[in-house]
Amino acid sequence: MQQAVNGLFLGSIYALFALGYTLVFGVLDILNLAHAAVFMLASFVALFLVGRSGLHILVAFPLAVLFAGLLGVVLERVAFRPLRARADSNISGLISSIAMATVFEALALWIWGPNVSRFPFGTIPERQFQVAGAVISRLQLTIVAVAVAIFLLLTWLVTRTRLGREVRAVAESPRAARILGVDVDRVIAWSFFISSALGGAAGVLFGLAFNAIQPDMGRGVELKGLAVIILGGMGSMPGAVVAGFALGLTEVFVVAHLGASWRDAISFAGLFLILVLRPRGLFGAAALREA
Amino acid sequence: MRIARWASLLVAVALLPGLARAETVVKIGAALSMTGPAAAYGAQQKAGILAAVEQINKSGTLKGVKLEAVVEDDGSTKEQGIAVFQRFINKDKVAAIIGPTLSNTAYATNPLAQAAGVPVVAVSNTAPKGITDIGEWIWRVSLTEAQVIPGALKAAQQKLGFKSAGVLYGNDDAFTQGGYAVMKSALEAMGVKTVGTQTFAKPDRDYNAQLTQLLAQKPDILVVSALVENASGIVAQARQLGYQGPILGGNGFNSPKLIENAGKAAEGVLVGTAWNKVSGEKGNQDYLALMKAKGHEPDQFCTQAYVGVEVIAEAIRLSGKGTREGVKAGFLKLKGLVTPLGKFSFQQNRDGDHAPAVQVVKDGKFQIMQ
Repeated sequence: MQQAVNGLFLGSIYALFALGYTLVFGVLDILNLAHAAVFMLASFVALFLVGRSGLHILVAFPLAVLFAGLLGVVLERVAFRPLRARADSNISGLISSIAMATVFEALALWIWGPNVSRFPFGTIPERQFQVAGAVISRLQLTIVAVAVAIFLLLTWLVTRTRLGREVRAVAESPRAARILGVDVDRVIAWSFFISSALGGAAGVLFGLAFNAIQPDMGRGVELKGLAVIILGGMGSMPGAVVAGFALGLTEVFVVAHLGASWRDAISFAGLFLILVLRPRGLFGAAALREA
Repeated sequence: MRIARWASLLVAVALLPGLARAETVVKIGAALSMTGPAAAYGAQQKAGILAAVEQINKSGTLKGVKLEAVVEDDGSTKEQGIAVFQRFINKDKVAAIIGPTLSNTAYATNPLAQAAGVPVVAVSNTAPKGITDIGEWIWRVSLTEAQVIPGALKAAQQKLGFKSAGVLYGNDDAFTQGGYAVMKSALEAMGVKTVGTQTFAKPDRDYNAQLTQLLAQKPDILVVSALVENASGIVAQARQLGYQGPILGGNGFNSPKLIENAGKAAEGVLVGTAWNKVSGEKGNQDYLALMKAKGHEPDQFCTQAYVGVEVIAEAIRLSGKGTREGVKAGFLKLKGLVTPLGKFSFQQNRDGDHAPAVQVVKDGKFQIMQ
């Protein structure tokens, strides 16, 4: 039972991170490899706001998320838009996003140094609940609740709002969307904003959860996020959520029953199996869109 | 300048009869990390060495011999350590060398001293293997992990009476893995039942799965071998999972950073230590009074460096010779020397031997468990 709680907790962070990843991929067919760097920077910004400026985490969290979103817009302008007209924009965009990731990481190294930074004690008041034999801290509860709230908000945004419809239209076919009068550049910028805000939210929650923030913290999560979106089906949002939780739970149970050394081996072996048996992932529809 | 050299030689010859009647100066080289990642240790070590030299010269236990410390910065690196050792051996002609601060540097520098026949006293190297193994000229004051952990476990058991243990260790690092091997054999020797063993890797930040699994077995104590960053997270998460019992760590826990990082969660954490700061023995009380008079707050590194000088002085006294051979001959005879660390002797393999102590985190500070 406790292990299920641990898994859901870890999974909610993976899912949030992967959602942002998959959103940009769904819209642009581009992997944004600077996503993990945004994740890391948002965590540092929240830390700065709480630690240096003494803001309450409830204020600092939305600010850090907003910062991450704006960073996403900058990222899109600098790393992706200038390359979009090119024939090989997918690959060159991928590479320029790696460059941006390096720049962000260097920036964090320069400002905060290579050591582990931490939120001050009591950023989220410590309290524990006993639920059916499992101990759940207020922190964990908050993190899962925030993650679920963000999922719901995003679902509403994508399915019910005009922006959501436009995003889906651009994902389907940018050219058709443009013919129908959609401002494609604006929609792409918004997608990056939302995507990076999600990544930033995941970053802040990760920082709070394990209270260890350092410039290379995004690297481990980046690979996991990639696994999650492949597992869930590239571009599929429900897929990313389900796969995120699935990966979190799998990791926890593998660590508990086989040992930590097996964790990545089993996770990625599972990924490999899915790729062989069901190449489009659990919820993937990418293959159908070709037509 | 040839003339200058001749002139200085002449002066030296003229002064020679005077010197012979006065004191012989015996130089001790100290290669310490004054800069680089280990700089915090080096500063403490320097304070200990200078205090010891001053104290011994003042006490007059070495008749006709005046000790002189030559402190050089090894920069926390092998390269600079080698340069410093070469200077000590060839230019300063020291009778003995204390240092270098890090085991890693010692692997590179100590073979030079071994080849030249200069005694080395390691005062902070704790790697169990490969230091005194270099040869018969290399000696050690600092206790190794393999000595501190079993002592700490035994002392903790006498106090707490635990019968079962859950073990967690980092399996991707030589230091933490070595610590685990020591813990495992010590627990076995004490007849403590290990109810579960879990591992993690250095980059990991989430230990909830491992800890949940261990705590489900209801161990009386958690025994953890980890570097301080991992250790802080493990301690914090174990407390978050509701574990109230004792947690005993290896030398990686022996840092104020643990308390800084884990805060309240660190309360009740046990760590072995070579120096029992609050020991009422005379050797320790005299030392504390001396350092207090100097206005210096000593830590374990300062104390071990202090003892390094005391050991060399005792060796000179025993052999009656302030030479390299004299120091080594004295080491062979040295037994039960009263020091701040307790009664000190060398073992057959030239590693130091004295009783370790256990610290417990209480009220946000490391305190000796009594």
